[in-house]
Amino acid sequence: MARMKFLCDADRCIECNACVTACKNEHEVPWGINRRRVVTINDGKPGERSISMACMHCTDAPCQSVCPVNCFYTTADAVVLHSKDLCIGCGYCFYACPFGAPQYPKVGNFGSRGKMDKCTFCAGGPEADNTKEEYEKYGANRLAQGKLPLCAEMCSTKSLLAGDGDIIAQIYKERVTKRGYGSGAWGWQTAYRESIAT
Amino acid sequence: MANLFAHIRFMLGALALAFIIAMATPAAAQQPSSVNPTASAVKEQQLLQELNRIQGRISIPDARAGVLEQPAGRDWRNFHQVTLRWIGGIAILGMLLVLVLFYLMRGMVKIENGRSGRKVVRFNQHERIVHWMTATCFIILAISGINITFGKPLLMPLIGEPAFAEWSQWAKYAHNYLSFPFTIGVFAIFLMWVGANIPNEIDSEWLKRGGGIVGKDHPPAERFNAGQKLIYWIVVLGGTASAITGYLLMFPFYATDIAGMQLAQIIHGVVAVLFVAAMLGHIYIGTIGMEGAFEAMGEGTVDVNWAKQHHSIWLQEEAQKGASPAAKGRMAPAE
Repeated sequence: MARMKFLCDADRCIECNACVTACKNEHEVPWGINRRRVVTINDGKPGERSISMACMHCTDAPCQSVCPVNCFYTTADAVVLHSKDLCIGCGYCFYACPFGAPQYPKVGNFGSRGKMDKCTFCAGGPEADNTKEEYEKYGANRLAQGKLPLCAEMCSTKSLLAGDGDIIAQIYKERVTKRGYGSGAWGWQTAYRESIAT
Repeated sequence: MANLFAHIRFMLGALALAFIIAMATPAAAQQPSSVNPTASAVKEQQLLQELNRIQGRISIPDARAGVLEQPAGRDWRNFHQVTLRWIGGIAILGMLLVLVLFYLMRGMVKIENGRSGRKVVRFNQHERIVHWMTATCFIILAISGINITFGKPLLMPLIGEPAFAEWSQWAKYAHNYLSFPFTIGVFAIFLMWVGANIPNEIDSEWLKRGGGIVGKDHPPAERFNAGQKLIYWIVVLGGTASAITGYLLMFPFYATDIAGMQLAQIIHGVVAVLFVAAMLGHIYIGTIGMEGAFEAMGEGTVDVNWAKQHHSIWLQEEAQKGASPAAKGRMAPAE
């Protein structure tokens, strides 16, 4: 099985936010929740870079470790998913997540935290693949249809890559070799404890 | 003529073009052969080393999503999974062990001269309502809080994931809602008993002589002895600290960012487990640890011989105030 990863080539990201919009549309994500977002560092200054970020599906995921009800599980593709039936909306995964991925609909006690929602790498949840229940809770399950995450599939500059970690690392390496520069695979050291040597 | 003009115009155009090319060529030649647009680009490692977090501008309306990376979550994870469990385990189990050993050694502290059969009012109805409201909330808050930290390794394997998640969901609701009466109770306790809980010389004397439960001797004490004053301040300060940090967690982003919430959770967790350990001691002395103690908060009255033994100065004061120690039943304390 492949080890699925995301890689955002910051030297190509133009902050068009198409990945954000595509994600919201594909999964009919509730209002106020962003499974993916684009952050611009040093905005307006020389050397500014934009990075598209969502759940990185970490190796030894911190959210999974701290969850008090064990609602997270890692699939054979190393995608970190969770069960909204088990989630109690405590907020711990958000404290532990290095990437700010977990989001909470404002429906819980005092409108603070309902059941957590996050990027599923377009792989749904614990329900049977591509059922109505799965779609309503977690959105589309493109992986089960043999497709990759929509955010990366429709990235206009092919900055955002999603797929087998070895393959996307190879694509990124070739790009860096060809153009002669690269600001690195953002978040990889934190998420996977490895970086791409270029 | 028209032909001549056209010819001149063509020549001028050609000259102008040649001039532009001539000007442009040296400029192009000055460009380095390869451009490195990342020369001044932001570097992830450098940003992380500077602040241990990367933050930027975000165009979606959720401004707090502008934190791109916060590896500090890893430290918090380690606290929650390892440090807090050790602190909590040692504090709570250690206190239980100490209490069991103490009980085996000392047993229940008896009323030395036996019951006199005469009662004196110690806590009026208002005080008892506040105490038991706070105590009930505390026990439920403690159980639901300990469940969040220790439930996954201890309870979940016994009852299974779905049942444990259902119970934890209700425990979370209870924890959130009961925080309000608990906070009101802590505040009422502060106002109600603060006057009688200011430490003074009598307390240092009491402590030197080992109090009424550790030592054999029964040093004089006012309404509250030094041990009770300690419990009082643990409740007031510990309750305030856990209430403030708890509300910061319950209302995310109202007053603090993610780093503040991690710190709030650390304080909340450590204060809470120490609070639970202290309250176990309080419950022990108030029940099986000492004869005649529970009725003070249970019925509101204590035996005069108990009061003489443990709170001699208070009993004298009550007598002087005119509330005769011989007064039986439900006479309100002179306040």
